[in-house]
Amino acid sequence: MKQVTIEKERYYDSVFLMLISKEVEALPGVNSATAALATPSNIENLTRIGFTSPDLLAAGPNDLVVAIDAESKEALAAAQARVEEMLTEKKEQAATSSARPSTLSSAIDSLPGANLALISVPGQYAARVARLALRKDLHVMLFSDNVAIEDEISLKKDAVGRNLLMMGPDCGTAIINGAPLGFANAVRRGSIGIVGASGTGIQEISSLIDRYGAGISQAIGTGGRDLHEEVGGMMMLFGIDALATDPDTSVIVVVSKAPAQSVAEKVIDALQKLDKPVVVQFIGEASRPPRGNITFAPSLAAAARSACEKAGVKIEAEDESDAQIERIAASEYEKMSPQQHRLVGLFGGGTLAQEAWHLLSVGGERVYSNVALNKALKIAGDEHVDGHVLLDLGDDIFTQGRPHPMIEPSLRDEHVLALVDDRSIAVLLLDLVLGYGAHPDPAAGLAAAIAKVKKAFEERGGYLSVVASITGTIADPQGYSRQRSQLEGVGAIVMESNDVAARLVLKILSHVAMEGGR
Amino acid sequence: MTAKNGVFLFSEKLQVINIGLDGFGHTLQEQGVPVAMLDWRPPAGGDPELIKIIDHLRSDTGDGWQEKIMRANAEAISRLLAAKPMIKGIGTAIDVVPGMKQKMILHAGPPVDWTQMCGPMRGAVIGGLIYEGLANDPREAEELAASGEITFEPCHHHAAVGPMAGVMTASMPVWIMENETFGNTAYCTLNEGLGKVLRYGAYSTEVIDRLNWMREVLAPVLADVIQAHGPIDMKSLITQALQMGDEGHNRNRAGTSLFIREIAPFLVRLDRPREEIAKVFEFLNGNDHFFLNLTMPAGKASLDAAANIEGSSLVTVMARNGTEFGIRVSGTGDQWFTAPAPMVDGLYLPGFTADDAAPDIGDSSIAETTGYGGFAMAAAPAIVQFVGGTPQRAIEFTQRMYEITLAENNAYQIPALGFRGTPTGIDVLKVVDTGIVPAINTGIAHKEPGIGMVGAGLVVPPIECFRDGARALAERIVKQSN
Repeated sequence: MKQVTIEKERYYDSVFLMLISKEVEALPGVNSATAALATPSNIENLTRIGFTSPDLLAAGPNDLVVAIDAESKEALAAAQARVEEMLTEKKEQAATSSARPSTLSSAIDSLPGANLALISVPGQYAARVARLALRKDLHVMLFSDNVAIEDEISLKKDAVGRNLLMMGPDCGTAIINGAPLGFANAVRRGSIGIVGASGTGIQEISSLIDRYGAGISQAIGTGGRDLHEEVGGMMMLFGIDALATDPDTSVIVVVSKAPAQSVAEKVIDALQKLDKPVVVQFIGEASRPPRGNITFAPSLAAAARSACEKAGVKIEAEDESDAQIERIAASEYEKMSPQQHRLVGLFGGGTLAQEAWHLLSVGGERVYSNVALNKALKIAGDEHVDGHVLLDLGDDIFTQGRPHPMIEPSLRDEHVLALVDDRSIAVLLLDLVLGYGAHPDPAAGLAAAIAKVKKAFEERGGYLSVVASITGTIADPQGYSRQRSQLEGVGAIVMESNDVAARLVLKILSHVAMEGGR
Repeated sequence: MTAKNGVFLFSEKLQVINIGLDGFGHTLQEQGVPVAMLDWRPPAGGDPELIKIIDHLRSDTGDGWQEKIMRANAEAISRLLAAKPMIKGIGTAIDVVPGMKQKMILHAGPPVDWTQMCGPMRGAVIGGLIYEGLANDPREAEELAASGEITFEPCHHHAAVGPMAGVMTASMPVWIMENETFGNTAYCTLNEGLGKVLRYGAYSTEVIDRLNWMREVLAPVLADVIQAHGPIDMKSLITQALQMGDEGHNRNRAGTSLFIREIAPFLVRLDRPREEIAKVFEFLNGNDHFFLNLTMPAGKASLDAAANIEGSSLVTVMARNGTEFGIRVSGTGDQWFTAPAPMVDGLYLPGFTADDAAPDIGDSSIAETTGYGGFAMAAAPAIVQFVGGTPQRAIEFTQRMYEITLAENNAYQIPALGFRGTPTGIDVLKVVDTGIVPAINTGIAHKEPGIGMVGAGLVVPPIECFRDGARALAERIVKQSN
């Protein structure tokens, strides 16, 4: 059904009318739609496609012609209405924002004071982008992983030569001038500076420092490989130097996953020369006696505590005491059934997993893990294991094609739910990492999974002890208290730190070992 | 190190360029940190071999290549900017166009055989042969075109350019555009108007009649006018037109008006019948695109002066024949790099749809190559519907082109961008690196010969020809270094 209408002296821009035609033609049941000025050529074209009307032939170039061919009366009316609507619709005020820059040069043109590039592009391009940024005299935080170690070495050499920070590759966390870069927690500013080759290590220490009442001056990430032999601690040493000269930093904390011995010594040598107090936490290393200005902490929490003391801050919040831990352990053990004896640890934070494994090992437990530092206990992660097991679910083997559990926690929730029929488990140990970049409400799904599994155990006459710690602060977007109450609401024991959580687990396991399963 | 001198990041205000996950940048913005959010995409389309080439050519690796290219580009762009295209007059193609022959037809774009020509170009060839009296009807014309008796060559091989099919035959009148700075000349036919016209592949009697009138009346009249007036400075006219809402490719209303204003006193003083002069005025007034056939040779004359500079990555030609899109790069001389012609994303005239459209065609993309047309979109709010409907989008369009160009124009300016010079001089290496292709405004021809224009819009050139151009440039530089 074809209809053509003419409106005298109704002039519109021809391109505007073409745009209307295009949109109206896309409506259902519309075969063709034309809104146009009645110029001789338009009249000719409309006549050619079968629109005939004496009015059309008499119309002039300042007259509006609307010609619609539709399958039904309704479609025709709808199309005509839409034409009118588009003709009379008020134009939205154009936004004032301009095009996003596509190159580093134009990004710098748009922000001439830029001093840091935060890079999170796919690994194969990351080194190239970082190199360009360094050449533009920008400090770099390189969140991307899968960067060749040769590239890391050359980038860091280049950066040190230019007196620039080259944080990463694989640097998850930094706090510069109070601003959270990547995954970082909302911590108050203060006088404690951190250099860390470990993302969640920095997060745990800085969150606890905040909870204990002190604050962070700067937190510099170096990337996980910085203290490997090949890289030689280049950025760790550079970061230490930067904090040493920073007037706002009075205490320095150094944290790293198991460093190469030679590099660890180099770092300690550098630290010894400083006139600022230093706390060192090398995860997986046996505690060392203090050396001059350096205190070696046995855990991340101990490092945070020690740093606060050195900064002269009186610690407000206290961790659970040994007596409290004993009391909780006893009451948790009470409710278990005889065949329950195993520990399962399911972690999202890599450093937290490694710390927990280390503390459990020091406590005498043999725990299979994909982060085990002892080869005999090292597993890939997905195999079945008889005995205690602790998994870093952020490992590549689990995250192939899936987001990291800190961003999208369902991966871990699924692992928790999978425990539902395993009668051998006594304790489930968990971490929960909050902060910028992390999932907006990670406790919700986790609490639901815990509730389901706990219920299954109780229905069988047993009891699953769930022990967790939360890395985060009350100012974090997820809210520490809100996350904590969700876990506690389903009967999980939430401890103040990963350290005390591991100690509680040790206590429960010692009951199991001494008294046997009930 | 400066840290010891107390100048370090910690004492500055943190300002971040975020490259990659937008979420990290947004978090910083929420914390009050100034952030530039880079719209990152894999370099060179993620092709590792090409990335290596680009990085090698664009960074200081000690072999002097980067410096060679930079020096060559500085020379090329300074020639492009120094160009001074002037309308010198009107001649007949066979008399003035270098290498033109009686049985030769020039066409738009890279070389193409009769058998490979798209509908509108075939139509224009048919019309051209009838116009020349070489054929009496379309059937004869097709036979002749297929016989091998007619030589087909690109306009660009003869210092010429042509819109859409770009067909130029021996007896057609052509504009003579001289680049006064460098002494080279470019040529282009006179614009026939819209609707059923030869350049869109129409060849009916009315088309041929109009071409005859243009040769017999319009061209001699305008030739006399230019003679009386003296050479007309095109750079000045284009500059003014851009400040009056034209972009010099899809909108030429202001330019055409300025041209009429410029010649009017000389036109009315001619010793010719009043009716003839009135007809010329009418014709010019009825054809908003009359100025296009002047902006095009102005661009060609300017760019030819920047061609063939050893080592330069400046794109000197972008042209389409309806079958292929092709470019030429200054440092690789006359070599064409081609890929199949894309379709135009456009808006359609009443009675036509995308099904009627021929692939992208014409030499008019010389406008963008020179630094106007789509590159000056921000100057032409009246036609922003072609790029998504808002003046803001038009500004973004122009702003993006600064990412792939070597300079800002010294004459052509954009009022809406604070009179910033238009992005000028496409760098093939920047195109390949960023993956940003030149934004080209264009008309759309009907796919069948003989029908004409069906719409207008925007075309995304195929990136492949730019990649081939970059590779060829690299090979040539390597060869010369050895």
